[in-house]
Amino acid sequence: MKCQICGSNPATVHLTDIVDSHKKEVHLCQSCAEQQHLVNKQELNLPAILQNLIGQHLGPQTDELARLTCPACGIKYMEFRAQGRLGCPHDYEVFRGGLTPLLQRIHRSDRHHGKTPQRSVLPAQEQAELVELRRRLQHAIDREAYEEAARLRDLLRKRGSHG
Amino acid sequence: MNLDSLTHTSGEWLRGSGPESDIVISSRIRLARNLAAFPFTNRASSGQKSEIESMLRERIAKLDMEPKLSYLSVPSLSSLDRQLLVERQLISRELAAADGPRGVALVPQETVSLMVNEEDHLRLQVMRSGFTLDEAWQEIDRVDDLLEQRITYAFSEEFGYLTACPTNVGTGMRASVMLHLPALEHTKQIEKVFRALQKINLAVRGLYGEGSRASGHFYQISNQVTLGKSETGILNEIHGVIPQIITYERQARMSWLRDNRQGLQDKIARAYGTLCSATMMTSEETMDLLSSVRLGINLHLIEDLTIPTVNELFIHTQPAHLQKIVGTSLDGEERNAQRARYLRQRLREAGAHPN
Repeated sequence: MKCQICGSNPATVHLTDIVDSHKKEVHLCQSCAEQQHLVNKQELNLPAILQNLIGQHLGPQTDELARLTCPACGIKYMEFRAQGRLGCPHDYEVFRGGLTPLLQRIHRSDRHHGKTPQRSVLPAQEQAELVELRRRLQHAIDREAYEEAARLRDLLRKRGSHG
Repeated sequence: MNLDSLTHTSGEWLRGSGPESDIVISSRIRLARNLAAFPFTNRASSGQKSEIESMLRERIAKLDMEPKLSYLSVPSLSSLDRQLLVERQLISRELAAADGPRGVALVPQETVSLMVNEEDHLRLQVMRSGFTLDEAWQEIDRVDDLLEQRITYAFSEEFGYLTACPTNVGTGMRASVMLHLPALEHTKQIEKVFRALQKINLAVRGLYGEGSRASGHFYQISNQVTLGKSETGILNEIHGVIPQIITYERQARMSWLRDNRQGLQDKIARAYGTLCSATMMTSEETMDLLSSVRLGINLHLIEDLTIPTVNELFIHTQPAHLQKIVGTSLDGEERNAQRARYLRQRLREAGAHPN
């Protein structure tokens, strides 16, 4: 059976409407049904639940925290609070004041005990600088500032790819 | 890798072998890793994501691993093929539905899969049949070591492996065991088990990550804490509770047999009979009936079917598998008819003679 709206996709959503004892059946595909707001896109919105949890358990929001922006990836503390996802590894440093209470709440700990890479890790400062360079490169590309982009790309290349 | 061939087989994790495999379907460990010098996936531009993907893809290809991993770019797969990989638990629903450059590297046995540009740049997964968390850990630890020789991970001494979501930071490890618990569900003791597990910070989910009512009576038990405990510490906690749950399930099966053998026998025979002769079958009913049949095999009430066959049917009757097997897209009702036809045929081939 094809969808009654688009006529091409198979109908997977079947609705029965009874008005004044007249039965009316509608057969739609998932995407048309979503467009008509007849079905919810996601039954269980896990990310929303997680965001809620993160919002609740972050440290008390101070003006100081609210003003924080990561110099490396450019994410604002308030954006992290709203989305529940960090922007780059350096955020753990920059948002430390808000994150520590959250980590305590989720893990009952704020200190790693476990596997450590055998190879020496990149110093935190260098990680942050590389993420920032990449952000500036992306801005240059977006602005079509190609000379600037070429210069930044060279700089990144000189510092090693650090994949 | 030819995805069509997947519909003729089932992954290693469905082999139905390994310790405690009457109750433990599979053991799975996942590690979240990120590159040190890049923004996390959700903050990366499309260009950066494609840079991350090609870098990881190239380094994965060079890994000293036998058998070799093959890489699939997810955007170039049809939505049916993506769904197929989700049903086989080789990629997450999130990776299937995300935008931009992303992919997965797999070994042919389907025991190892490496997702690229999921919520984290790299998600390693090892999955095995039976209660085999230790073997799974040894294998994923080895793959992680091999990757680390070629990739600079985002890591801090203080917070461990740095992840996009603070719920994964530290070890970045999620270990889970999938259990088949029909008798505990029948006796309604399952709720008690869940409450006890939640108290010690273990999460319980269904086969495909759904909430408390699991289809087919399959439950995944996994750790929630990733920071402050070592990998082996976390695994030991799971190891500490699973044998107890297995014992409870076995006891519940035995008392079910003792108290109402005829009723149980009838339930299983009806389930088997319906699977062998129905002409319309929803996914949910299939899971439910196969669960009874699986229980029947383990209790020796069904003798002419094997666990691997039933395990395979659980996966092959999922929507994408069914459509791949038939080779055409099917709507709801056609799918239910095809599912019933497929079940009848497979059970006939397996020599089914329901009593």
